[in-house]
Amino acid sequence: MNLKALAALTAALALAACDDGDRGLDQTGPRPELPEPRQSLIPPMNIAWPVAWEDDKPTVPAGFTITAFATDLKIPRQLLVLPNGDVLVAEGSGGNAPRLRPKDVIAGLVKSEGKTSVESGNRVTLLRDADRDGVVDTRTVFIDDLNAPYGLALVGSNLYVANQDALLEFAYQPGQTQITTPGRVVTKLPSEINHHWTKSLAASPDGSMLYVGIGSNSNAAERGMMAEQDRAVIWEIDRITGAHRSYAEGIRNPTALAFHPETGALWAAVNERDEIGPELVPDYITAVRDGGFYGWPYAYWGSNVDTRVRPQRPDLVSRTIVPDYALGSHVATLGLAFFSGATFGPQYTNGAFVGMHGSWNRQNLAGYKVVWIPFSAGRPVGKPQDFVTDFLDENGNARGRPVGVAVDPIGNALFVADDLANIVWRVAPVARPATPLTAPTAG
Amino acid sequence: MPQTPGWTGLHPLHALILAFPIALFSGALVSDITYLNSAVMQWSNFSAWLITFGMVFGSIALIWTIVALFRGRRAGYRGRPVAYLALLVVMWIAGLINAFHHSRDAWGSVGTVGLILSIVSAVAALAAGWLAYSAPRREVIR
Repeated sequence: MNLKALAALTAALALAACDDGDRGLDQTGPRPELPEPRQSLIPPMNIAWPVAWEDDKPTVPAGFTITAFATDLKIPRQLLVLPNGDVLVAEGSGGNAPRLRPKDVIAGLVKSEGKTSVESGNRVTLLRDADRDGVVDTRTVFIDDLNAPYGLALVGSNLYVANQDALLEFAYQPGQTQITTPGRVVTKLPSEINHHWTKSLAASPDGSMLYVGIGSNSNAAERGMMAEQDRAVIWEIDRITGAHRSYAEGIRNPTALAFHPETGALWAAVNERDEIGPELVPDYITAVRDGGFYGWPYAYWGSNVDTRVRPQRPDLVSRTIVPDYALGSHVATLGLAFFSGATFGPQYTNGAFVGMHGSWNRQNLAGYKVVWIPFSAGRPVGKPQDFVTDFLDENGNARGRPVGVAVDPIGNALFVADDLANIVWRVAPVARPATPLTAPTAG
Repeated sequence: MPQTPGWTGLHPLHALILAFPIALFSGALVSDITYLNSAVMQWSNFSAWLITFGMVFGSIALIWTIVALFRGRRAGYRGRPVAYLALLVVMWIAGLINAFHHSRDAWGSVGTVGLILSIVSAVAALAAGWLAYSAPRREVIR
């Protein structure tokens, strides 16, 4: 008996997994439309299968050209352009979350299908293009034996590297191609479990303070709140003493930090939670308010309660700040770089580039591109515009996944780290200006 | 395998296998209740593992029963063996849905629906055990 019922149940489960209720809402800008949360039996999953670029390249707008600046890297994540134009690439992958549930075992296997099989580099690579013709002249392992490095920042003659467990300081001389002296530990960083292991980093404009983004230790508090001590926060760190305080809290996974060049405000790219529907919760960029609470895990996008979290905290829900600018659900924003200047043409004079790693928790793949968000007076205006696209091929397979973005204001180029193809892409205007450029501001 | 009409009872190995879903689904119900009373995630994690292994052994018991009844179908089983199969099917379906339900995050992993599914699986497993282990000995065949 009941074999028919079983077959029907299996079919229903499969069907439920296909139609994930994605209504194609426009979830970009300051006021994204939010559907009702819905938890499905199996979270909608669509892993973009990795394929090679072959001779193909990502697509850039007319008037720009893209080239593979460096290949065969070991999981390039964040980038830093040094004053002399050298590009630093933090390579690696971290996290040591134990598998607590059967789900952790299965979901880990599934998600690993969408990632590179290359081992974590645990190093910073230097790429030098001295004549800035778009071809790397010198490539060296700049700093080796790191532990899943991610955030990079330069303050004067000090280079800061945010490992997954500590913030390190290295003495840096302009023109240096290798650092072999071990770094000074400015401060340990929270690294128990490290579900979200990336430690994003930015230095305040005056160079006195460092800011480190520390992601949550779970999707929605499913490891309990004991595991969330010092998680989902942005730390403000005195770079001399290493003393820190929480600058912002409840900020689920701040994967990139940058100071706005005009206003001096700290901005963060933040990844929001999964598994309450294909269109919840939008990832976002926001100017981070000192002492602000951004909702995780109790609420999202203002005072929308996440009912999965018990005991609930109405006091924190009511304090939750609405972020500034949504970028779409599950797009996984991992890169943020401001740019202002005339060298990219009239359409790109003032704004931010945002790298989107791409989704797994919705059937309609989202992200997998770099967008440009126009700014005016330090605030985003208008819709995101596609800038580097076609990381997915026509069959929905992933050829690459963008992570960090960085602008070289003098060399007039945008660099994009691709941690699936293990490439750093270089995007530049086709028409190179004949006269030497004065350096516009970038961050 | 059965050529004689009537209830087969259980092969000793089948009986041992059946003991696992009985204990595991009952254990999952208890840890679910503890989770709902405490909101301590580890209890929900316990439930998820108990249900998963309940399903592993429950599936073996279910397949064994289906095969045995199919091979003995000319014997015209009805009554107790069919009821036993029905209970295993109820246990198995509720357990499967519950395994997925318990893979949701935080409170969503249990909640009211998870508790009800755990009750259904546990009661069905206990009833199946009661039925199977109380088979009249004279009817036992393998």
